[in-house]
Amino acid sequence: MTIFELRCHIGIGPDVSGEALVTDDNFSARYDLDRISGTFSRPQHKLAGLSYVDKIMVFNTAKGGVASAWMLHEMASRQIAPKALLFNSVNPIVTQGAALANMSMCDRFDDGDVTKLITSGDLVQVYPSQGRVVIERG
Amino acid sequence: MKLNDQEQAMLNGEMGEPRRWSMEHMLQVGQFFDADDFVEVSQAHIMADTESLGEAGIEFLERLANFPVDQRSVKIPMITDPRGIDFCHYKRLKQTDLMASLEQRTIRAFESMGIVMTNTCINYQTIMPPVRGEHLAFGDTGVVIYCNSVLGAYSNFEGGPSALAAGLTGRTPRYGLHLDKNRRATKRFQLQWQPQSLSDWGALGAVIGARSGSYWDVPVIQGIESQPGSDELKHFGAAMASYGSIPLFHLVGITPEAPELATVCNPQMLAVESISEDQIDSFYGQYGGRGDKLDLVVFSAPQLSLMELQSLASLLDGRKIHPDTSLLAVTSPAVAADARRAGFVERIESSGALVLEGMCFYQSYAREMGEANGWKRLMTNSAKLTNIIGGYGYQPTLSDMENCVASAIAGEVV
Repeated sequence: MTIFELRCHIGIGPDVSGEALVTDDNFSARYDLDRISGTFSRPQHKLAGLSYVDKIMVFNTAKGGVASAWMLHEMASRQIAPKALLFNSVNPIVTQGAALANMSMCDRFDDGDVTKLITSGDLVQVYPSQGRVVIERG
Repeated sequence: MKLNDQEQAMLNGEMGEPRRWSMEHMLQVGQFFDADDFVEVSQAHIMADTESLGEAGIEFLERLANFPVDQRSVKIPMITDPRGIDFCHYKRLKQTDLMASLEQRTIRAFESMGIVMTNTCINYQTIMPPVRGEHLAFGDTGVVIYCNSVLGAYSNFEGGPSALAAGLTGRTPRYGLHLDKNRRATKRFQLQWQPQSLSDWGALGAVIGARSGSYWDVPVIQGIESQPGSDELKHFGAAMASYGSIPLFHLVGITPEAPELATVCNPQMLAVESISEDQIDSFYGQYGGRGDKLDLVVFSAPQLSLMELQSLASLLDGRKIHPDTSLLAVTSPAVAADARRAGFVERIESSGALVLEGMCFYQSYAREMGEANGWKRLMTNSAKLTNIIGGYGYQPTLSDMENCVASAIAGEVV
């Protein structure tokens, strides 16, 4: 097993851990998700058909509209939501939504492209208030 | 973040729980983006359709709305983005009474806070257009990019919670587009092709948005040979914001912050990226659908202006929509009233089409409407809508308004 640590900007939300689901694609709760089933529904999305429930999601950036702010809160209220969102860089909307939903979120990683640093299936611990993410692989 | 006495008092709860929550929420966001302080804003605009809110969001609003009036009232003029329901037509669209009930609860909560139910994403065309340099807290990405770019106002994308917090406090964290340093161009595009129709402007915005990277990129565009109007830049900006999360663009010689290229960037430092006709054709081509049975034509996203409704009325005069195809035209309540008075609504609806007001198609339980009505193949002249609606189970086709109307009459994509 390999264990390593990534540093990032101070994030939002509680400490969490879970299994990573990684894509170099982008994220919008409005455009990309079937929030009832908890899956990616936009056919063009690289994670189309996969479940995001309880995953540590890793994306390039946030795209799309302002609805994500309310939608993260709505998803969290039904517990059909990711545990955390990690980005290379995020936009204000998803940040505002994570703040309202008390969902863990971090961006601006020191060591480069986070979508390449973390692999789907890794066990990931996210410590937003410390700007720290620990990865267990293998 | 530095707080003045009034901000500290709000954070301490001395002006009630709604303003305390607002300050706490905005501090989280401001600290995340390294804001130094707050900036006062003069208007707020909130996106809050009930599909997005869900029961949890509505309960959140109702909780705030139950505080005493002096604690729950917004401090600045605050208006709403489109709802999810047109109460006159929701049964025809096979939306449910439960959906209508959720909307009624949301409206009651907003009105009790002093928020004006304008139900529009074209407030910059219809309600109170911002002026250059005005700091705002606007929701709806299309509203923000238009007001920043075309009018020279200052706003970040404000989701519902943050717009509400700004309305309740009269301020927002000073980060992102509130800072001049973030309004400089970071991407430079040169057009080798000229948009003609509104869908062309949307396609151009989409291509530039998709190539621009992220919220923190600002494209500057050269080579536009004709003067665009408000509807052209509405579709252009809405699509760019949708495909790229872009909140600001500059058109050299057209938008107010870019009289010259050198005003918004050091031209030597930015590589020039060309936009060719092939790239635009490829963008249109990815949606396809020619020859398919057509279930639905939608003109929405953004809501239509009075002039767009006039164009649609002219295209539909004396013609009938195919019985197996529906055509929806969506606008704001203010524009709908004008369009009704001008006779446009009657002319459009005589064809079998339907004019809806105060909603926007994709914010209106689009998945449930599609399933209830058997709608799959959707045609539109809105590039923004094509980007969104695939995730709701539709197969979108993008074309200009003339071809959308011709297809609606034929019952298939022509």
